[in-house]
Amino acid sequence: MVKLPIYMDHQATTPVDPRVLEAMLPCFREAFGNAASRNHPFGWQAEKLVENARAQIAHITHADPKEIVFTSGATESDNIALKGAAEMYREKGNHIITQVTEHKAILDTAKYLEKQGVQVTYLPVDPYGLISLEKLQAAITDKTILISIMAANNEIGTLQPIEEIGKIAKEKGILFHVDAAQAVGKIPMDVEKMGIDILSFSAHKMYGPKGIGALYVRKKNPRVRLAPVIHGGGHERGVRSGTLNVPGIVGFGKACEIAERELPEETKRLLKLRTRLHETITGELDEVYLNGHPERRLPGNLNLSFAFVEGESLLMGINEEIAVSSGSACTSATLEPSYVLKALGVGEDLAHTSIRFGLGRFNSEEEVDYVAKRIIETVKRLREMSPLYEMAKEGIDLKSVEWKKE
Amino acid sequence: MAYSDKVIDHYNNPRNVGSLDKSDPEVGTGIVGAPECGDVMKLQLKVKDGVIQDARFKTFGCGSAIASSSLATEWVKGKTVEEALKIRNTDIVNELSLPPIKIHCSVLAEDAIKSAIADYQKKHGIASSVQIHGTTGAVSSVPKVQSPRDGTAVKPS
Repeated sequence: MVKLPIYMDHQATTPVDPRVLEAMLPCFREAFGNAASRNHPFGWQAEKLVENARAQIAHITHADPKEIVFTSGATESDNIALKGAAEMYREKGNHIITQVTEHKAILDTAKYLEKQGVQVTYLPVDPYGLISLEKLQAAITDKTILISIMAANNEIGTLQPIEEIGKIAKEKGILFHVDAAQAVGKIPMDVEKMGIDILSFSAHKMYGPKGIGALYVRKKNPRVRLAPVIHGGGHERGVRSGTLNVPGIVGFGKACEIAERELPEETKRLLKLRTRLHETITGELDEVYLNGHPERRLPGNLNLSFAFVEGESLLMGINEEIAVSSGSACTSATLEPSYVLKALGVGEDLAHTSIRFGLGRFNSEEEVDYVAKRIIETVKRLREMSPLYEMAKEGIDLKSVEWKKE
Repeated sequence: MAYSDKVIDHYNNPRNVGSLDKSDPEVGTGIVGAPECGDVMKLQLKVKDGVIQDARFKTFGCGSAIASSSLATEWVKGKTVEEALKIRNTDIVNELSLPPIKIHCSVLAEDAIKSAIADYQKKHGIASSVQIHGTTGAVSSVPKVQSPRDGTAVKPS
């Protein structure tokens, strides 16, 4: 018997692991001190908790604890990375290279910097969502100061060739920033091996609390400096002022410790569940398309387009019981379909039919079977109601029809 | 997004889903919207002696679009063609309590009714006075029948 509702939207956020919550509670009770209070035990205790957590967080990325700066989340970390580098290195150059399927935290920040006079190149992606290393090389100029490429995409799960990009960046002496919000704790991330200079990640994507993230800033080979975005007291070596979110940090540390230890097993398990979900669905339904790379992809991510069935109507049939998300325009606040799917070259009609399943630590095989069953039922029902399915079954090529748009 | 009970009802119990024979001279067929927009409605009417005897719909679109077109088929049944032409999208918005972001679904449903009527009128050589929002007024070309699109479905490894 599955317990409803089932949560299968782990790229949006994750539940706080009970072990993480346990670790955080003392910070709300006895251990409530300000980590910057240097002169009494309350402060010293808080500082100790923070430094323990900092070490756990550094460890999962193979960084030194001194290289970890605490922020409010990956969005803030991304802002500091881009704005901080643009300002600090403006004598050196004013060109940043990124790519079209980045999270809005990067794209919107890049757009803002363009208004300030920074040049930004947005590399295109192939139909799987991967950038081309050749195009990256070709885009580099003597004014390039930063390359920013995400490790794993939140919508389609595609994993970029981070190590290869790191090598190129190193050869050309350009700083390499990676938004790893979806990657840390899910795939091995090693800032040394991958040649990463700046890294953003977030607790709530890895079974930690919301409101806390980290920014890794390399101290050696080369020493990276970033101008702060937030001023006020000089905390975190001047990079990010503000009283530290001690409970959040402690939770983040615990989440990293758990993730690092459980990563190999969890990866195997999630891959098995995802394959089961995918195969059960495609075993019963035709015209189902995978979005993103079939192999180079986050273990828990499955993004499928169900031709002839609009995403929001599909969600409406299951969302009392199952939490997933869609790339359909109707599910976005702006009525724009997913820009990530658009960048892959997925037709807008198929973008409207996409559903993103995000499997996670606490999903079970029973849940996967239940979700597959409900999806299959609902898609079949909606296809019976779909004029597009009817036309396709009659052999009409939908691409040749002249539609009467409104 | 909170749906009104009526929208949920139409979604779970849609009225008049299906198809009428489009070659039947008594049937008018309207297809509006476009797959790229995420909304396509097909609405068909069977008219006899100026009265709409039957109606069917099929919709590719969100819950509000499905509800709007389902409601449209409910409303047109038993009405004369002239009465059906008087149905306004605002009536649909009010009946279903559609939020502002979903008003366009009701507009499309109104267009679907008008488009079906225009098709019926064309079949009978009646000069159509039907105004459809935002279209060029051109009748869609006869769709080419081709072999099914070869999908790029990637099977899991």
